[in-house]
Amino acid sequence: MAATEQTIKQVNTLGSSDYKYGFSTEVDEIRPPKGLNEEIIKFISAQKDEPEWMLEWRLNAFKVFNKLPKPQWAKLNIPEIDYQDCYYYSIPKSLKDKPKSLDEIDPEILKTYEKLGIPLKEQKMLSGIAVDAVFDSVSVATTYKKQLSDLGIVFCSISEAVKTHPELVKKYLGSVIPVSDHSFAALNSAVFTDGSFIYIPEGVRCPVELSTYFRINAMNTGQFERTLIIADKDSYVSYLEGCTAPMRDENQLHAANVELVALDNAEIKYSTVQNWYPGDKEGKGGIYNFVTKRGACRGKNSKISWTQVETGSAITWKYPSCILQGDNSKGEFYSVAITNNMQQADTGTKMIHIGKNTSSKIISKGISAGKANNTYRGLVNILSKAKNARNFTQCDSLLIGNQCGAHTVPYIESSNSDSMVEHEATTSKINEDQLFYCQQRGLNSEDAVGLIVNGFCKEVLQHLPMEFAVEAQKLVAISLEGSVG
Amino acid sequence: MLEIKNLHVSIEEKKIIKGLDLSINKGEVHALMGPNGSGKSTLSYVLSGKDKYEINDGTIDYNGKNLLELDVDERANEGLFLAFQYPMEIPGVQTSFFLKTAINSKRKYLGQSEMDALEFAKLMKSKAEELNISTEMLKRDLNVNYSGGEKKKQEILQMSMLSPKMAILDETDSGLDIDALRIVSEGVNKLRNNDNSFLVITHYQRLLNYIKPDFVHIIADGKIVKSGDYSLALELEEKGYEEISQTA
Repeated sequence: MAATEQTIKQVNTLGSSDYKYGFSTEVDEIRPPKGLNEEIIKFISAQKDEPEWMLEWRLNAFKVFNKLPKPQWAKLNIPEIDYQDCYYYSIPKSLKDKPKSLDEIDPEILKTYEKLGIPLKEQKMLSGIAVDAVFDSVSVATTYKKQLSDLGIVFCSISEAVKTHPELVKKYLGSVIPVSDHSFAALNSAVFTDGSFIYIPEGVRCPVELSTYFRINAMNTGQFERTLIIADKDSYVSYLEGCTAPMRDENQLHAANVELVALDNAEIKYSTVQNWYPGDKEGKGGIYNFVTKRGACRGKNSKISWTQVETGSAITWKYPSCILQGDNSKGEFYSVAITNNMQQADTGTKMIHIGKNTSSKIISKGISAGKANNTYRGLVNILSKAKNARNFTQCDSLLIGNQCGAHTVPYIESSNSDSMVEHEATTSKINEDQLFYCQQRGLNSEDAVGLIVNGFCKEVLQHLPMEFAVEAQKLVAISLEGSVG
Repeated sequence: MLEIKNLHVSIEEKKIIKGLDLSINKGEVHALMGPNGSGKSTLSYVLSGKDKYEINDGTIDYNGKNLLELDVDERANEGLFLAFQYPMEIPGVQTSFFLKTAINSKRKYLGQSEMDALEFAKLMKSKAEELNISTEMLKRDLNVNYSGGEKKKQEILQMSMLSPKMAILDETDSGLDIDALRIVSEGVNKLRNNDNSFLVITHYQRLLNYIKPDFVHIIADGKIVKSGDYSLALELEEKGYEEISQTA
């Protein structure tokens, strides 16, 4: 049988049962009725015991949302979303009163984490990860808090920060992603449920990788995380975000907003491994993942680096971006996006050069298999004051089989003549001679694909923190299982 | 070890191998010589299981198994090794990691546990030294920016680490200078024992000065036209393919 035929055959045999993390936990939930309206927003705010100003902010965002059309630029086929047919808030009952220790947490939830390999247990914490786990909408447990607070680091849920650090939240929330940016951003601002808040004080280097796992668990509950990270002058933080979601038949809406602010000489490294349920091989089910991630390099010599491994979701719509305001500031974007079966991804970045001597680097690796479509969309915008700005962009696409698509859409706008912008792009098919070579050395076809694709992604994966790199390599191989015969 | 009977192979309707018989016993080294397009490389690919070749007739028995029914990786894990004429580059994959993956794939197939890191490092180091391969080279991506000679040495390193039962060397001598040829040949000779077999495919008699074969076969137009001992290679060197094929 020709390899291409085998590829198609194999892809067809890949069923939904291959999703390794497709299980859901039975937990009693508190949930208001479906629908999006002012009442629901008031309910969410009241559940969280929020101050008046926060509710006002949400209600204003809702007004903005109602006026904004859905963004249309992506090369995605997005079904019409009925916002009134979604739940906007759910909370596992056992967490209504925040637990004081792991012993108080619903064993069902702990079991779920165990299956996912999330390090909540004490011995696992010793591996250097402080975990702020979001189960559905509420933070389950926050660890390492004491050690971090001794350094003056604030690491808590955004709901908590609204109450404990209102001045910081008021100052920075919505300052990087304006409420009116686009409709998903406005929607998130109106109904955001939870997420992480981090503040690193001046001169502090955060000694551990901070980590959060998000999971969507309740049927039909869109999750709207909101994360805000502020690195004050001369500080450093590395943050990891990983997600896996249980198997569901109905599409789940997911619209996160993540804002980063780096002041003078500060550095933020933000890493993501995204493995939401992608839907079955016919494209039924799966998460709609509309994410707005943006970082502002406000201070001089500041740096923001995004690293993402996107393997899940039915639809991924995501452009982690950097606004390079401070002179000599740096932005980086390292991305691996894998789509298989009917998955669609339209992902990339925006690098907005405003300050002098700003530089940005974009390395994007797109892998497409099955009938999937994978688009890189990126903007490099160099404004007139950004003297001596530099950008280097490299976009590589790898195709597996002959029914998938890879697209590269770079936008380059330069308003000054001192700048240098480089763009390199390649598209290739997985090389059958390479596969044969690996198989002749005893690797089965899946291991061979995993090895070759991991090699293809190496430039990006090596930017992940060690704890994530191994997991990500496995995930790359798992995501493409069955894609080649 | 290997018993090929009446093998007919075509590719895209074109007949390449037309009734080939070859029998290789344990502990034997066979040389297969022939001009370009005679079917030498095709035979190596058919034996290792590359697709797109159509087997029209014939049988291949490998240690009591029907070789043609085994997948590429099964054949490899059953001890059949092909040293490629053109080894593939695999960007982003460190050579040492590839070696480890290959060894552990075989161990997994045989129901053995993974080789531990220290044991592997020792094995790799000793085998690499024998072939004059630097540890720096093992840290580089597999075959990427390797010279022709380095690639061939790398193939022999993989072979010696996997210690196959049946090794096929497809024009391993091409692109090698005389020093590299000697090192590579010594590597092969060290592996020879009473339990394994080699099929050495080459254009030139030169390689056979270093790797002394027990049998020499001359292939022309998809068939073995003459077989003999080492002296046949010398005769071939003197007379050329055309004359030998005609007298066959």
